[in-house]
Amino acid sequence: MPAPDIRPNRLDKAEIDKNFADLHPPLSRGEALIEADRCYFCYDAPCTTACPTGIDIPSFIQKIRSDNLRGSAHTILSENIMGGMCSRVCPTEVLCEEVCVRNTHEDKPVEIGLLQRYATDPIFKDGTQLFERAEASGRRVAIVGGGPAGLSCAHRLAMLGHEVKVFNRDPRRGGLNEYGIAAYKTVDNFAQREVDWILSIGGIEVEDEVELGKDFSLSALRDAYDAVFLGIGLTLVNDLNIDNEDLPGVENATEYIAELRQAEDKSTLPVGRNVVVIGGGMTAIDIAVQSKRLGAEKVDLVYRRGPEDMSASEFEQHLAQTSGVTVHHWLHPKALHGIDHVTAIEFDKNGQSIVLEADVVFKAIGQKLAGEQLADDLQGIDVDGGKIIVDGDQATSVVGVWAGGDCVAGGDDLTVSAVQHGKVAAIAIDSYLGGEHG
Amino acid sequence: MADLTSEFLGIRSPNPFWLASAPPTDKAYNVNRAFEAGWGGAVWKTLGEDPPIVNVSGPRYSAIHSNDRRVIGFNNIELITDRPLQTNLDEMRQIKRDWPDRALVASVMLPMNEEAWAKYVPMIEDTGVDAFELNFGCPHGMSERGMGAAVGQVPEYIQMAAEWCKKAASIPVIVKLTPNVTNIVPPAKAAKDGGADAVSLINTINSITRVNYDTLTMYPTTNGMGTHGGYCGEAVKPIALNMVAEIARNADTGDMPISGIGGITDWRDAVDFLALGASNVQVCTAAMVYGFKIIDDLTDGLSAFLDDKGMTSVSELVGKAVPSVTDWQYLNLNYVEKAVIDQDLCIECGRCHIVCEDTSHQAITNTVNGERRFEVIDEECVGCNLCVSVCPVDSCITMTQVPNDLAPGNWTEHPNNPMRKTK
Repeated sequence: MPAPDIRPNRLDKAEIDKNFADLHPPLSRGEALIEADRCYFCYDAPCTTACPTGIDIPSFIQKIRSDNLRGSAHTILSENIMGGMCSRVCPTEVLCEEVCVRNTHEDKPVEIGLLQRYATDPIFKDGTQLFERAEASGRRVAIVGGGPAGLSCAHRLAMLGHEVKVFNRDPRRGGLNEYGIAAYKTVDNFAQREVDWILSIGGIEVEDEVELGKDFSLSALRDAYDAVFLGIGLTLVNDLNIDNEDLPGVENATEYIAELRQAEDKSTLPVGRNVVVIGGGMTAIDIAVQSKRLGAEKVDLVYRRGPEDMSASEFEQHLAQTSGVTVHHWLHPKALHGIDHVTAIEFDKNGQSIVLEADVVFKAIGQKLAGEQLADDLQGIDVDGGKIIVDGDQATSVVGVWAGGDCVAGGDDLTVSAVQHGKVAAIAIDSYLGGEHG
Repeated sequence: MADLTSEFLGIRSPNPFWLASAPPTDKAYNVNRAFEAGWGGAVWKTLGEDPPIVNVSGPRYSAIHSNDRRVIGFNNIELITDRPLQTNLDEMRQIKRDWPDRALVASVMLPMNEEAWAKYVPMIEDTGVDAFELNFGCPHGMSERGMGAAVGQVPEYIQMAAEWCKKAASIPVIVKLTPNVTNIVPPAKAAKDGGADAVSLINTINSITRVNYDTLTMYPTTNGMGTHGGYCGEAVKPIALNMVAEIARNADTGDMPISGIGGITDWRDAVDFLALGASNVQVCTAAMVYGFKIIDDLTDGLSAFLDDKGMTSVSELVGKAVPSVTDWQYLNLNYVEKAVIDQDLCIECGRCHIVCEDTSHQAITNTVNGERRFEVIDEECVGCNLCVSVCPVDSCITMTQVPNDLAPGNWTEHPNNPMRKTK
């Protein structure tokens, strides 16, 4: 049995830096003006309808045209406080850009994502404050989770005059923006710059490295605060439920991605020669592409159904293929092989057995709430399929508790949706607290 | 292929495209390059008395740009030639000798006394040029000295100077008109009354491009101060076309040949001028923006157009559209058109709806049976053509006649007209 081939420095640092450079480099002013000119300024624009946060896209593009970038950024960020990150990570090809009327005209939408980045980049570069806080309400709201949903909720509540305390589990803030998104989508420490800018509005206190159920309980928060918002994400990775799943070398994609994002020097990360990724979503694509870009010789992405069933967008699937990842469809994981480390994974395809050699197998088949662990802390909040049930205002079944982001049922696990959840919840909380802004 | 050979006042040129009197015709070097590129003629940059004028060394030009920096409108404060007269005359003589098949016209601007004209006109004619063009249009600098537009804005002065020039010249005289007047017909008629053989128009329009948003001074400036310039380029074409058509359809001036000028950039612009009554055209800004090579599109585009129309020469096109230009009062008020939206071409941007809803007649839907759909509401549509104008898809919205039994009727007979003619 050969030893698994897992080692750092498969590529030199220069090559890795190149591989992890900005996936979509920003537009120059000239490029942005020409692209902005392509926007037709549609009435009741389909792009705005398709945006989960409802950004007035024609207006922000119109403002780019007139060099009114601060106004443009205000239009974007007043609906989506993480409009900077969303311009980098949104699957625009299935959201705003999919419905752009230019598709009908010439099969090429306006590059809305890149324009949004062009409009917002200067704000984060200069730290320009665009929003003011309303008069202090004297109300206090606790937010559990320092990710997109929690920070969006916090910012809107702070704007509405409330005092906010964010309980953040990780050493750094930003949740999946900091720990989950592929490195080449958010270069130059953008996630932290964005968080710092969001917090600069004031009225938001953040406590880091505190975890619900360990360091504090929901009941304590409900006693101490006027309202609570849960933006706790999903921490438990779904199992494959096949033999030998506990073999070394069988890893959770999310953990490796987090490690990759935090690595000062990515060439020091251990990388397998043969990497197999199980899953069909963004996380699967991200781990597969990043493994390849770290120097894995062979990366197989394996999905149990067809390409149209994958939750990763067509663009993401294409990115995997052009990055050198082999994508397999209609393969069902059957067994993991190896004695003291995984060496191969066996699949079933219509009764036929297919074996792929693997030094590392990444599981990326979805996540759920760490149910048992949190059961007591969730205090009878209704949960479905490992996720919290909420209504249209993001209210949970428990009065005074709202939730949003990946931890709620029925979502699409997108940053932009989490931001919207936080915003909607904040407006509902404001109304609950007797604010005039609800 | 249609014959592009042009004859204007008996002056032959291989095509009807002349370079207008301006920086591109400043000296032999430029004119040589223009003729090598294929231009049919050139009106030399305006000559004046010695000593020559002096130009500013700050910015002379500025532009109105589209977002991709395409020049839409152009502004200049350059004056007439700043070279000694003799230098120009020597070069003009040489150019005419080297290019006998091209039209070469001398633009002149002289003080308002007959002696000056009697002195300079024969001197200039002696170079062998084909005609004079009198610059009564320059709207900046020279007008402050009682020349250029200062003459062009007073019909009596136009007539007087034209007479002086004609008296001293044996070759044709063209009067170049300024658009900075309320009515272009009296200056044209004055030129005719002064004996001029033709008019050319338009010269540039008084203009300030914009302000500098940093300094809040006008833009551009020379050492902090600026002055108005003359506006030209694509943006001015509709103004020029109207003035050309006004002269062409006026009984007093309609028989005068017109050299059309103003924003001609491609061959279609030339078709506009020719069809509205110009016998040839002059170009400056497009050459200053793109270089002389644009003559290729101008000539073969026009030639192909004439072929498509079954015309064999430019002269067949001249004035074709003039009979379709009339006064508003003669438009048939009983003729009805309404917009029709081709749903197969519609990309559902909704622009037609919102402009009609906000600014016009609330005649286009945004929803039909709960679906996003843009349809004309015939009862509300007044046929204004706004939707056609804003639609980003060519030919998606068209105006279609709605037949009726009414006899043609215009404002002159309309019951609402207190001044109506009684039959």
